[in-house]
Order: sequence, then C-alpha cells, then structure tokens
Amino acid sequence: MSEGIVYWLQQMLNALQLGSIYALIALGYTMVYGILTMINFAHGDVFMVGAFFCFLAATYLGLPFVPTLLLTMIGAALVGALLERLAYKPLRNAPRVSAIITALGLGLFLENFTLALAPYPKHIPPLLENVTWDMGGVSLSSLQVIIIFLSLGLMFLLDYIVHRTPVGMAMRAISWDKTFVPLMGVPVDLIISVTFAIGAGLAGAAGTMYALAYPVIDPYMGIMVGWKAFISAVVGGIGNIRGAMIGAFILGGVEIMVTAFFPSTYRDFVAFTLLLLLIVVRPYGILGKPRTQKV
Amino acid sequence: MSALLKDAWDGLLDQSWLVPTLLLIGLGLAFAIPEYNWLNKYIQLVLMYIGINIILTVSLNLVNGYMGEFSLAHAGFMAIGAYTAALLTMKVLPVVAYPVLFPLAVLTGGIVAAIMGLIVAVPSFKIRGDYLAIITLAFLMIVKSVIENIDYIGGPRGIPGIKRLTTLPWVFFWTVATVWMIRNFVYSKYGRGVLSIREDEIASDLMSVNTKRVKFLAFMLSSFCAGIAGALFAHLLQFISPRVFDIIKTTDVLIMVYLGGIASIGGSILGATAYTALMELLRPSTMVALLNWLPDLVFDPLNQYIIQNLGVWRMVIMPLLLVLVMLYWPRGMMGQREFRGFIPRRDRDAHRRINTRGEKL
Repeated sequence: MSEGIVYWLQQMLNALQLGSIYALIALGYTMVYGILTMINFAHGDVFMVGAFFCFLAATYLGLPFVPTLLLTMIGAALVGALLERLAYKPLRNAPRVSAIITALGLGLFLENFTLALAPYPKHIPPLLENVTWDMGGVSLSSLQVIIIFLSLGLMFLLDYIVHRTPVGMAMRAISWDKTFVPLMGVPVDLIISVTFAIGAGLAGAAGTMYALAYPVIDPYMGIMVGWKAFISAVVGGIGNIRGAMIGAFILGGVEIMVTAFFPSTYRDFVAFTLLLLLIVVRPYGILGKPRTQKV
Repeated sequence: MSALLKDAWDGLLDQSWLVPTLLLIGLGLAFAIPEYNWLNKYIQLVLMYIGINIILTVSLNLVNGYMGEFSLAHAGFMAIGAYTAALLTMKVLPVVAYPVLFPLAVLTGGIVAAIMGLIVAVPSFKIRGDYLAIITLAFLMIVKSVIENIDYIGGPRGIPGIKRLTTLPWVFFWTVATVWMIRNFVYSKYGRGVLSIREDEIASDLMSVNTKRVKFLAFMLSSFCAGIAGALFAHLLQFISPRVFDIIKTTDVLIMVYLGGIASIGGSILGATAYTALMELLRPSTMVALLNWLPDLVFDPLNQYIIQNLGVWRMVIMPLLLVLVMLYWPRGMMGQREFRGFIPRRDRDAHRRINTRGEKL
C-alpha cells in the first residue's frame, strides 16, 4: 500500500477509537436530554469518576479486566442515580436554568472532591495484554479492537433496551408526554432514575476504556472529554440516541484529522467552532427534528 | 414607634443629597485607606477583589437575572478585556503616561469586550434557553483556545509582569460607574423591555418591544462591564493566562449572582461581597491567622491540617454552596427584591406592589 493510504487508514482507526469513547458518553447526555430536556453538565465528571473507580478496582482490589469493567459500570451508575435523586429530582418543577446551574456545580464538586482525595495523577496498571498487529503498515492493537467492539456492543445493547424492552418503551413514552404517561401507571421517577443510571453506567464503561488507552488519569480529565461528547450529542441531534453515535464518530474523525494536519492545540478551537456554527445553522442536529414553538 | 422610624428612614432615602454624600465619603475613604494604611494590605486587596466581583456580578445579573437568559461567557469577556488592557499598558502606551492613560486602557478593554459581545448577542435573537447556554459556553472555550494559540500574547503561558496599576480609588470608581449604568439601564425604557423578554419574548415582541435592540444593548452592556472588570483584574493580579479565565471563573460569578438573588442590584452587591469574603476566610493563611488569634482554643495539629488541606477543600465547598443555594434557597439573599435606595423615586410604589404579589422566580 502507498504511504498516503496507510496514513489515512491509521488515522481512521484512531478516529474510530476516539469516536467510540465519545459515543458512550454522548449517549448519557442525549438520553437525559430526551427524557427531561435537561443538559446534565455533570456527566463528563461521572466519566472521570468511572476512570477512578477503574483505578481503585484494578490497583487495590487487583481485579482483572472484566470484573473491573462491571464494577466500574455499577459504581458509576450508582453515582449517576444518586446525583439525580439528591440534586435534580427536587428541581424538576423549578425553572430549567436552576437544573443547568446545579449540574455545573455538581460537576465542579465531583472534580474538586476527587482532587481533594487524590491530589496526584494516578497510573492505571495494564489490565490487558496488549498485542499489536502490523497489517501492511497499519498498526492495530488488541486494546483498540476491544475498545471499538465493546463500545459497539454496548451501543447495540442500549439500542435494544430502548427500542425493544418495557423499560425502554417507558423511557420513550416519558420523553413523548410527561402529563399523561404517569396516569397510565408508568413509574416516572423510577424510569428517570434508571435512565440516569444507564447513562452513567455507559460513561463508567467509557472511563474504563479511556483509562486503559491513556493510562494516566487526573480529576480534570472529564471536563474536555465531557464537552466533546456533549458536542457529539448536539451534532447528531440531542435527544436522539442513534444521532449521538453518528455525531461521536463524526467529531472523533474531525478531531483526529485536525491533529493530523494542524498543530494539536487547534483541536478544541475547531470542535467548539463546529458546535457554534451548527447551533446557529441547524440546532436540531443531523437526525433531530426541528421543534416548533407554540405561542 | 417603628412606623415613625420607617417614615424617617424613607424620608432620608428620598433626600437628593444622600447619594452624592455617600459617594463622596466612599471616594474619600478609597483615597485615604491606601494613603494612610488604615487597613492592612491584605484587607485592601480583598476590598479591591470585592469591587471587581461586584462589577462582574451586577453585569451578569443583567443577562442571567433581569433578562432570564443563561450566559456562561462572562469569563470570556473578562479575558478579552484583560488581554486588551494588558497589551495596551505593556506594549503600546508609554510608561510615563501610565497614571493618565490607565483608565483609557481599561475603557478600551471594555469596548473591545462589548464588540465581541455581538458574537453572543446576534445568535440570541433566534436561539433561547439551553442552546444559548451552549453558544455562550462555546464562545468561552473559543476565546480561551484562540488566546492559547497566539504566541504573541504568550499562548498558554500567559502574560507575566503586568504593572500593578489598579488602585482602590479606581476600583471604587468603576464599581460605582457599573452599578450606576446598570441601574439606570434596568429602570429605563430598555430595562422594561429586558424584563418583558424574561417573562415572554414572543408576547413582548407582539407588544412592539424591539426585542433585538434590547438584547443587543443588554449583552453589549453586560460584556462591556465584564471587560472592565477583566482589565482591572489583570492589573491587580499582575499575571494573566487563559487558565485564569476558564469555566471555573464563570461559575464563581454565577454563584455570586444566585447567592445574591436574581434581578436585584442590591442582591448582587451583597452576594459578591459575602462570597468573596467567605472565600478569603477559607484561605489557609487567613484561617491560620484567625486560629492563632485565639491561641487558647486551638491545637497545633489543627493548624497543620488547615495549612495542608484547606486550599483544596475550599474548592469543594464552593460548588457545593452553589448546589445548596439552588436547592434550598432559590431566591438567594434578595431575589427580585431591591434596596429602596436603588429604585428611582418614580418607581418606588409600583415596585413595592409588584413584589407583594409573591412572584415566581
């Protein structure tokens, strides 16, 4: 293969890896927005907490990969559900701005609380034996394969849950109409908590994978990754689950291409400019539908 | 008896000499305190931070409180003002002329920030609510990212060695000027437009409020004041970098706005003062000084613990405070209420009627 094609393939592979991590986090943003029309700005920090759970499980409990992943997902899900119960639920009837501000505050709280407990960056021990294959110049590591396929698997699982199970049906019903669905006997509070827990669990999984791919973690790692995932959700059309996945892969691709051809410091600039332009031109994203405002 | 006192108090507030007298006393104090060292240097510094934070809080309250939008970009405007003024005083203006030209540099910082405010104001014509919050956030991130990528202004390393030109009289002057501008704006024709946008933008448009012009002016005034605060801040801290003006700075201002209460100038002043004082009190050095002041009560290990850890826990308390205020005290100190002294005489009775209706926030 020629040099150019190899280079492109390699970058595409990196984009796929980054995109799948973004996608897992973006799903949490989009599910919460779909069901409550609220932006959960603390979600990126749940991802960070997930990475720290992974560190705890791998270092202090010495667990192998699969139990670590499961424990991290459960831990992050609990954190997500707890945040919802303690902070967002009392504000459900308050002005929407209150919920956004609370979410911002909670995010900062999680960051600084983790910082107070763990002042120095932590190293994650390698949980998996990393094999690198060379395929005609394109190097492919087993870790990349695991990240991409595990993310895709979780996404399909989520898609199945949302579209094929009673819980998912209840979620879709609540996002459709909040007045009458409770009257039909749907336990709205429970379903909302479950939504938060599922979103947070996926973020926990993303935290584990991110920690394995980039093994130094610190309490502020969730800020940028969280915003990027949020941009992905907006690009795909916030509230739309399949849109979030598509948006994440688009953003991952754009970011990798920017770093491949420009200085890497331009990455955030391009990502946020993309967000700004998109909101002005097509605020409902790629798969979203425009909402008309009734007077 | 209390009715008599209240009448006397109201009568005092109606005197036209009251405000100029208070301002003169304040200005006199602002000159005298640094001149004769009436308060120690640290407290003077805290007073200046309080002034800057009042500017930031009052101006953000215009957009987030009175207009009911949600802007996260305040730290971005602050950064623009800070960098503009710092570059002017360091690279353009001659050293000899500093005392004279410093206000000019601050003013330029404010004007440049106001012009950049258009980037946020124009999308706000079409977009509201969550999406506007996202736009302002993107704006903040873009400002930070652009500064990081320009080597001439230090990139991510920032600008060290800015002259310390911010003095207590200047902070006092700009604080009063900001409060005066925003108070007059809020109680003007445009201010009523701002309030009507908060209540219902479409309805106020139908009632022939020129919502575009109102938003335009409100955003520009708000970012102008943020730019001024940034310029003062840069010449007080003497070092600026993109990291100083990140989302945490905006969150700081948000806490002050909501702690003081939305749509209230008096509340913003109280909120900014209380929060700044609280945060300074929680500094390890202040806490140790306080503890040493009460030597009988305290053991050395506690001092040790505070020196080592309070700096971090202070950052944990700050966001927690925001969350608790939102959950349990949504009106803040003075949400939608106002000190009588800030309300123009013609509006005082009407204002009292509005607030006894028990408005929702």
